[in-house]
Amino acid sequence: MARSTVLTPEDEATASVRHARWQDYFQLMKPRVMSLVVFTALTGLLAARTPIHPLLGAVAVLCIAIGAGASGALNMWYDADIDAKMRRTRGRPVPAGLVKGEEAATLGVVLSLLSVMLMGMAINWLAAGLLAFTILFYAVVYTMWLKRWTAQNIVIGGLAGALPPAIGWAAATGHAPLNAWLMVLIIFLWTPPHFWALSLYISTDYAKAGVPMLPVVKGAKETRKQVLLYTLALIPVCIAPVFTGLGGWLYLAVSGLGALVFLTLALRVFRSTAGDAADPRPADRDLYEVGETEAKRGKPVGDARHARNLFAFSILYLFALFAALLVEAVLGLKVLELPL
Amino acid sequence: MSRKDIDPAIKARNGRNIALGLGLVAFVILVFVITVVKLGGNVGPHF
Repeated sequence: MARSTVLTPEDEATASVRHARWQDYFQLMKPRVMSLVVFTALTGLLAARTPIHPLLGAVAVLCIAIGAGASGALNMWYDADIDAKMRRTRGRPVPAGLVKGEEAATLGVVLSLLSVMLMGMAINWLAAGLLAFTILFYAVVYTMWLKRWTAQNIVIGGLAGALPPAIGWAAATGHAPLNAWLMVLIIFLWTPPHFWALSLYISTDYAKAGVPMLPVVKGAKETRKQVLLYTLALIPVCIAPVFTGLGGWLYLAVSGLGALVFLTLALRVFRSTAGDAADPRPADRDLYEVGETEAKRGKPVGDARHARNLFAFSILYLFALFAALLVEAVLGLKVLELPL
Repeated sequence: MSRKDIDPAIKARNGRNIALGLGLVAFVILVFVITVVKLGGNVGPHF
């Protein structure tokens, strides 16, 4: 994973004289989030197993990518005050002073309109409508309302990140059946344990910025319990595709084995004291680094490594689930409809 | 004036202009190709 940008005082001094490059505008679109969105949308498009012209399929994925980028830009515009207070985000173009907030907002609005109109005219209006809903939900409902208001922000807001497979499916077929929504449900239920594992070890950042993440509002113990409960809800949903004619043997193996590891890691987090101690990472540490480096350095970790391990594995698990569906669809492998 | 002497502000602006220009050209080509694909077989019989 790429190292997140953290500005040193020298960088901050030069930022005011550095001029925005096109790369800074690209950073506004959150390319890392965009790549995950593209991957899940492409899986939805191919898992539909309906022939679509390759160019139109590529255009659909491009529209979803641009729409995700537009949401990212709108988020960076509105959240610049929060981003400036958190070390994970203070190097972003707007809080770093490289791009003006109005420019980020304009980019977000223009790209939103472009992606939705292009999707509607080139593909179909169901996919365009779902894309418009996703952008609005992320930029308005999550960013402007939920994020600053409730500890359930990432649970409800997670819907925006969960919808791309349904958009991809709708782009390929013109409708969105149960299996498309099952893919949405997988990402929706995956989001809370994923983000809360992260927030367990960076909760001081969220508290500083005034964001009511669960560990800040309800404490680390309640967060660890919620991580386990959502994991228990997630596992059957991840295995469900082999009962509904979406996944095959490969998917069954990946989802089953991964579920065991996910549950083990969630149980470790539940039994640990993760989140009880302050964030032990030095300021220059990458968010995605895992392991016991701090312990080796003799610094207090507060069992943060358990939360980090779950956070890192959750990314791998979601990727593996969708990769299995993608491979089965591309190779035309038989899907299962096991009896319940 | 050598390339090294160009004001960084102008250099950054040139980079942004080129990126925007390339984006617009790509968009025009994309719309043209989508039109051709969407029309598909319907074009032939009219000629």
